Amino acid sequence: MKMRSFFKMAAAAVLSVSMLAGCSAPSESNNNSSDGTIKVGIMAPLTGDNAQYGIACRNGAKLYLDQYNEKGGVNGKKIEIVEYDEKGDATEAVNAFNLMVKDGVTAIVGDVTTTPTIAVAIEAADVNMPMITPSATAAEVTSYGNHMFRSCFIDPFQGSKMASYSYEKLGAKTAAIIYDTGNDYSKGLTEAFTSTAKELGLEVVATEGYAKADVDFKSQLTNIAAKNPDVLFCPDYYERIALIAQQAKDAGLNATFVGGDGWDGVLDVVSDTALVEGAYFCSGYSTDDTTPAVQQFLKDYQAAYNEMPNMFAAQAYDAAKILAAALEQAESKGLAVGSDEYKSAIIEAMDATDMDCVTGHITFDENNNPVKDAVIIKITDGKYTFDSKF
Amino acid sequence: MKKTIRIPMPVRYLINFALLAVLLLTGNFLVNIVDRYYAKVLMLIGINIILAVSLNIATGYLGQLPLGHAGFMSVGAYTCSIFVIRASFLTNYIGEAATFWLGLLLAGIVSALFGVIIGIPALRLRGDYLAIITLGFGEIIRVILLNIDSLLGFEFTYGASGLKNIPKNTTFLNVFVLVALTCALVHTMMKSRHGRAVLSIRENEIAAEACGIKTTYYKTLAFSVSAFFAGIAGGLYAGYLGILNPNTFGFMKSIEILVMVVLGGMGSMLGSVISATVLTVLPEALRGFSDYRMVTYSLLLIIVMIFKPTGLMGAYDFSLSRLLEKGINVMGGKKPVKKGDGAK
Repeated sequence: MKMRSFFKMAAAAVLSVSMLAGCSAPSESNNNSSDGTIKVGIMAPLTGDNAQYGIACRNGAKLYLDQYNEKGGVNGKKIEIVEYDEKGDATEAVNAFNLMVKDGVTAIVGDVTTTPTIAVAIEAADVNMPMITPSATAAEVTSYGNHMFRSCFIDPFQGSKMASYSYEKLGAKTAAIIYDTGNDYSKGLTEAFTSTAKELGLEVVATEGYAKADVDFKSQLTNIAAKNPDVLFCPDYYERIALIAQQAKDAGLNATFVGGDGWDGVLDVVSDTALVEGAYFCSGYSTDDTTPAVQQFLKDYQAAYNEMPNMFAAQAYDAAKILAAALEQAESKGLAVGSDEYKSAIIEAMDATDMDCVTGHITFDENNNPVKDAVIIKITDGKYTFDSKF
Repeated sequence: MKKTIRIPMPVRYLINFALLAVLLLTGNFLVNIVDRYYAKVLMLIGINIILAVSLNIATGYLGQLPLGHAGFMSVGAYTCSIFVIRASFLTNYIGEAATFWLGLLLAGIVSALFGVIIGIPALRLRGDYLAIITLGFGEIIRVILLNIDSLLGFEFTYGASGLKNIPKNTTFLNVFVLVALTCALVHTMMKSRHGRAVLSIRENEIAAEACGIKTTYYKTLAFSVSAFFAGIAGGLYAGYLGILNPNTFGFMKSIEILVMVVLGGMGSMLGSVISATVLTVLPEALRGFSDYRMVTYSLLLIIVMIFKPTGLMGAYDFSLSRLLEKGINVMGGKKPVKKGDGAK
C-alpha cells in the first residue's frame, strides 16, 4: 500500500513539474520584440522521419544568425532565435507558426518539407509574415503570396536540368525512370524529366513506379534492364537509392545513375560505394567547390557542429543570410520592429536580393524562386566530386 | 421515507441546451479576443473531440477494435474539399458557409457509406482479426487516394502532391456547433433502443443474438455512425488546414485517435472529450521541452495507463442533471439519487 501511494506521489510530482516547465518556457519569450532584439523564427522537423533534414537546416540557419549576432547584429539589435519543432506534420507546423506569431516573431526561416511548408505558407499569407524555406522544392510553395521565398531549386528545375545534362553532356540516347508514386518530390522531378527529355529527343524507354514503403524493386528493375537504357533516373531520397542501387546491380543493369538533390547522403548508407560509382546528381552546392565563401562556410560549420555540412545546411545558411540582409534594409528605414510596414519592407528587400551566397549567386525571379546555377556532382572513388556547374 | 426530487426529462434537455448556448456565446466572444494561436488550437481540440467521440462508438460502445479510423476521416476530408472546390459555383447562390455545411454533410454521408461497405465484411470477424482487417482497409483508402488520379487520368485528389487551395472555411462557430451536435446525437442514440442493442452486443454477443437482436445490423449501424462523424471531422480538418496529403491519414493517425479513446476510458463520452482535449494541448504545452517533448508525452501516457488502466474516466459518464439533482437533494436534506437511477 505504502509503495503504491509513493508511486502516486511520484507520478503527481512528474506531472506537475512537466506542466510547470511547459508553462514557463513560452512566457519567458513572450515580451514583444521592442527591447532591442529582433525575433526570427526557425521552424523545422527536429524529431520524426524528416529530422535529418530538419536538424541540418536548423544548424545551418542558426550558424549564420549566431555569426551575425557576433558581428553586432542589425543596427545594434541582436537577432533572437525562436525555434520550434514540427515533427514533419502539417497540423503541428500550423500550430508552431501561430505560436511564433504570438511570440512576436518578425520573420521565419522554414519550413523544411513540402506539405507542412504549404500549410504554413497559406497561414502566413493572412499576416504577411516574411518566410524563406531552405528546402521545400514543390513549385506551389511560393504561390500563396509574395511573403514566401526559398533558397533551393524547385522540382521541375532539377528534373529538366538532369534530362538536358544526360542528353548533352553524357550523350545518352535512351533513359529509364524509377520513382516513388507516393512522393511529391519524386513525382515532380519525374514529370519535369519526362517533358524535357521529350523536347530534346531523349527517349524515355521505361517509367516504373513503386510505393512509399517498398523495399523490393526487382520486378521494376528487371523490366528496365530488359530495355537496356543509357541512363537510369532515380529521383528519390538516399535511403531508397541505396536499396535500388544494390538491386539494380543484381538485375544486371549497367546504366549510369542520375538523380536529384535527394542523393546527397547516399554514400553514408550504401553497403558498397562501388554500387553508385559514376553516378551523377544535381545539388545546390559541393564541398569540393573552391570558392572562398564555400570553404569558409565549411570551416565554420565544422567548428560549430563537428560534422560536414550537407546541402540542406548550406541552403539554410543562405536563407538566413538573405533574411538578415533584408532585415538590415528594413531596419535602415527606421520602422518599428514587428509592425506590418516592417514586414512589408523585409519582403521588398528580399525581392531585390542580389548577392553571393554559399550555394551560388542568388537573385529571385517573379515567383520568388532563386535563379542560380546547379552543381553537378559525380561519385568517383567512393567520394562526391564536383563535376561542373551547369 | 421522503421521496427524492427528480428533474423531469424536458427540463433536463432545457438545462443542457441553455448550457450549450452559454458556452457557445462565451466561446465565440473569447475566440474573437484571444490571439490566433489559441483560436487555432481550440479548433483542433474540437476536431479531435469529434474524432474521439466517434471512434468511441465503435470501440467503447460496440466493443470492437477498429484501426482504420483515419481512413474514414480521409474520405470525409477529401469528399468535403473536392465538393467545396468543384461546386464553387454554389457559393453564388447559397453563400460560402452554406456550401461548406453541405460539403460536411456530404462528407459524413460518403464516409458512412464506406463504413457500411467496410463494416459488412469486417464485422463478421471480431477482436484482433477485426483490428487487422480495418487496418488493411484504412491503408487501402490511403493508397487509393494516392494513386487514383494517375490510374484514371482524373485530377481529383492530386495524389502525393496533395490537394491544395482548399477554402479555409472552418471557424470556431462551426466546430463548436458540430462538437455539440455530435455529442448530443451520439448520446441520445446510445440511450435509445438502438443504442441499448449496440451495448448488449458489447456485453455478450451470443446472448444478444439469442434475445432476437439483429447483431449484424446493429454492428454495421454503429460502425457506419462512427464513420459518419469521422467524415465530418475530416471535412473540418480539411477546412482548417487548407491542404490535404493522403500520407497524413496513415496508420499512426488511427492509433492517435485510438489512444485518445483508450486514455479517456472506453465507453465514456466525457473521457473521450477530456482526453482529446488533453492530448491536443499537451504537445503544445510541452513545447518548452524541445527535444524531450515527445518522450514526456509518451511517459505521461504510460503513467496514466499504469495507475488508471481503465482510462481517465473509466466507464463513468457525466450528467449535469444528475449533479443538479444531487445538489438539490443534499440541500433539501434528502438522500441523493442512487447512481445509475438518474441517468439523463
